[in-house]
Amino acid sequence: MFDLLAQTVLNACYSASYISLVAVGLVLIFGVMGIVNFAHGELFMVGAYVVVALYSNYDIPYVLVAAIGLVFVGCIGLLMERTMFRPLRDNPLGGLVASIGFLMILQALASITFGVRMAFVPPVTQDVIEFTDKIRLPLQRLYVILAAVGFLTALWLFLTRTRFGWALRASAQDPEAAALQGISITQTAKIAMFIGAALAGVAGVLTAPLISVNPHMGHSVIIAAFIVVIVGGVGSLEGAVVASIAYAFVHTFVTTFFDGVIADITGLLLMLLVLIVKPTGLFGTADRA
Amino acid sequence: MILIAVALVVLPHGLSFSQQEILVYLVINILLVVSYRLMTLTGEWSLGHVVIMGVGAYTSALLTKRLGFYVPVSMIMGALMAAFVAFLLSFPLFRMKGFYFLIGSFASAEIIRLLWKRFREPFGGPKGLKRIDGLPNIDIGPIHIDFFEPTAYYYFALIVVLVCLWVLWRIEKSLVGLTFHAVHWQDKLAQASGVDVRRYRTLAFVLASGFAGLSGALLAHYIGTINPNSFDVEVMVFVLTWAIVGGTSTFYGPILGCIVLTILNEIVLRELGFEQMRPLIYGAIMIVSILFMPDGLESLVKRALARWKSAPPPPNQPEEAKP
Repeated sequence: MFDLLAQTVLNACYSASYISLVAVGLVLIFGVMGIVNFAHGELFMVGAYVVVALYSNYDIPYVLVAAIGLVFVGCIGLLMERTMFRPLRDNPLGGLVASIGFLMILQALASITFGVRMAFVPPVTQDVIEFTDKIRLPLQRLYVILAAVGFLTALWLFLTRTRFGWALRASAQDPEAAALQGISITQTAKIAMFIGAALAGVAGVLTAPLISVNPHMGHSVIIAAFIVVIVGGVGSLEGAVVASIAYAFVHTFVTTFFDGVIADITGLLLMLLVLIVKPTGLFGTADRA
Repeated sequence: MILIAVALVVLPHGLSFSQQEILVYLVINILLVVSYRLMTLTGEWSLGHVVIMGVGAYTSALLTKRLGFYVPVSMIMGALMAAFVAFLLSFPLFRMKGFYFLIGSFASAEIIRLLWKRFREPFGGPKGLKRIDGLPNIDIGPIHIDFFEPTAYYYFALIVVLVCLWVLWRIEKSLVGLTFHAVHWQDKLAQASGVDVRRYRTLAFVLASGFAGLSGALLAHYIGTINPNSFDVEVMVFVLTWAIVGGTSTFYGPILGCIVLTILNEIVLRELGFEQMRPLIYGAIMIVSILFMPDGLESLVKRALARWKSAPPPPNQPEEAKP
C-alpha cells in the first residue's frame, strides 16, 4: 500500500509540473490581454510535434530541440497576437472565437503534415531511478519536473525583478493606469503572448516522449488547464501553480484507485464547486471577466 | 413568403442522396442554433447547449428502445427531459455570470457527457446507443411514407422545426421576450423595476434547452446511432460559430450563419475535394469573419435592406451581444 501511494505521489508530481506550465501561460495571457485562449492546448500539441519533426526524424540533440520548440511556439504566440488578438482587443468574445478558429487550423495542419494517427517519439533516456522495487521514477519524468520548476522560477524572477516584468504585472492589474504610466500595452501583450505560448510549447516538448502524440492531444490538456485556472483563481499565477499541484494529485489518485473517466468527472465537479462557492478561485482577487 | 415555401418543398428533389441527408441535418441544426439564440438573448453564452441537445437524444432513444414508446411521444419526452435537466442545472449555473457562466456551463455539460461515457448501463458507454428506432412508417390507404427516406424525414423535420421556429418567434415578440432583452441590456434597471432577473434567465435557459432537446431527438431517430462524441465540445464550437458568424441581434442571423457555413463546409469544400483541409479553411473563415465582420452576416443583410428601402437603418438596434 505504501508503495502504491508513493508511486502515485511521484506520478502526480509529474503531471502537476506540465499542467502548471500550460496553466500559467493561460493565466498570463488572460491576465494581460483579457482573452481566453482556447488554442492553448494546441500550442502544447505543436510543441510535441516539434519533437516529432526534429528529434524522431533527425539526430538533433534533445536540449536543442527543446530550445527550438520554445522559440517556435513562442513565435506562433506572437503571430496570434499580431493577427487576431490585437485587432480584437475590445471584443473578448471575438478573441475567444478567433482562438477557436486558430485551434482548428493548427489541428488540421498537424493532421495534414503528420497524419491523424499517433506519432512515434523515441525515448530520450531509458534510465529509471529505482527507490525500491515498486517505486520507480523514469529519468525523463524527472526532467519534466525539474524543467517545470526551473521555468516557473525563471518566470517568477522575470515578473518580480525586471522592469518588463513589472510592466507586465502592472498592465495585468489595470491596463489603463499602466498605459498612463507610459507602459505600452502592445509591448506587454507581445511579451505575455510569447511567454505564455512558449511555456505551453515547452510543456509539449518535454512530455512528447512520455505521452501519445496526436493532433487532438490538446483537448484533455486544455480542460485540465481550465480547471486549474478556475480553481486557482482567474488571473493568479501563484493560484495556478498551487491548483495544478492540487488538481494533479486529485486526478492521479482518483485515476489510480477508480478510473480515468471518474477522475475527469471529479476534476470538473471540483471546478464547478469552486465556481459556485468562490468564483474568484482560491487565490483570485481581481475579476476581469 | 410563398416563394420560400415553394423552394422549401421543391428543394430536396434537385439534390443527390448525400446532399439530401445534409439538408435534414441542416434543418435540425437550424432549430438548435435558433434555440441557442433564445438563450443568448439574456446575455449568457453557454457551452453546454449541444450536450443538452444530447440529453434529448438519449432520452428519446432510450424510451423507444427500452420502454417501447411511440417515437413522436418519446421525442416530446426528450424535449421535456432536456428542459428539466436545464432547470436543475440552472440552480448552480445562475450563481455565475459572463465568463464564469461560460466555463461553468462547459463543466456541467462535460460531466453529463462523461457520465454517458462511463455508464454502459443504460447509456451504452463510449460506443453509445445503436439501432435507435426510426419514425414508424405511415400506411393509410394509398399514402405510404417511409421515414428512412431522407426526403420524407426532411418534410417531417421541416414541419416540426417550422412550428418550433414560429413558437420561438412568438416567445421573443411577447412580453417575456422583451423582458429577456431587458435582462440583457439593462440588468440593474430591470431588477429595479421588479423583474426577477434570475427567474427570467432560468426561463430562457429552460425554454432554449427544451427546443435543443427536441432537435436532439429529431437527430437521434434519423441517424439511428448516438454516442458521447456526437455531442462533444467540437459540435458546440460549430453552433457557436453559426451564431457568431450569422450574428445574434436578429432572429434570422443564426439561421443565415448556419445555412451559409453548412453549405460552405459540406458542399463547396467537399465538392472541391479539400477533405483534409476542411477544418483549416473553416477555422480561417471563422477568424476572418470575426475580424472583418464582427456584427455577423446579418449586418450585411441589414445594410442591404436599408439601402433597398433607401431609409436609414432602424434606430436603437442592439449591438452584437458580448458576454
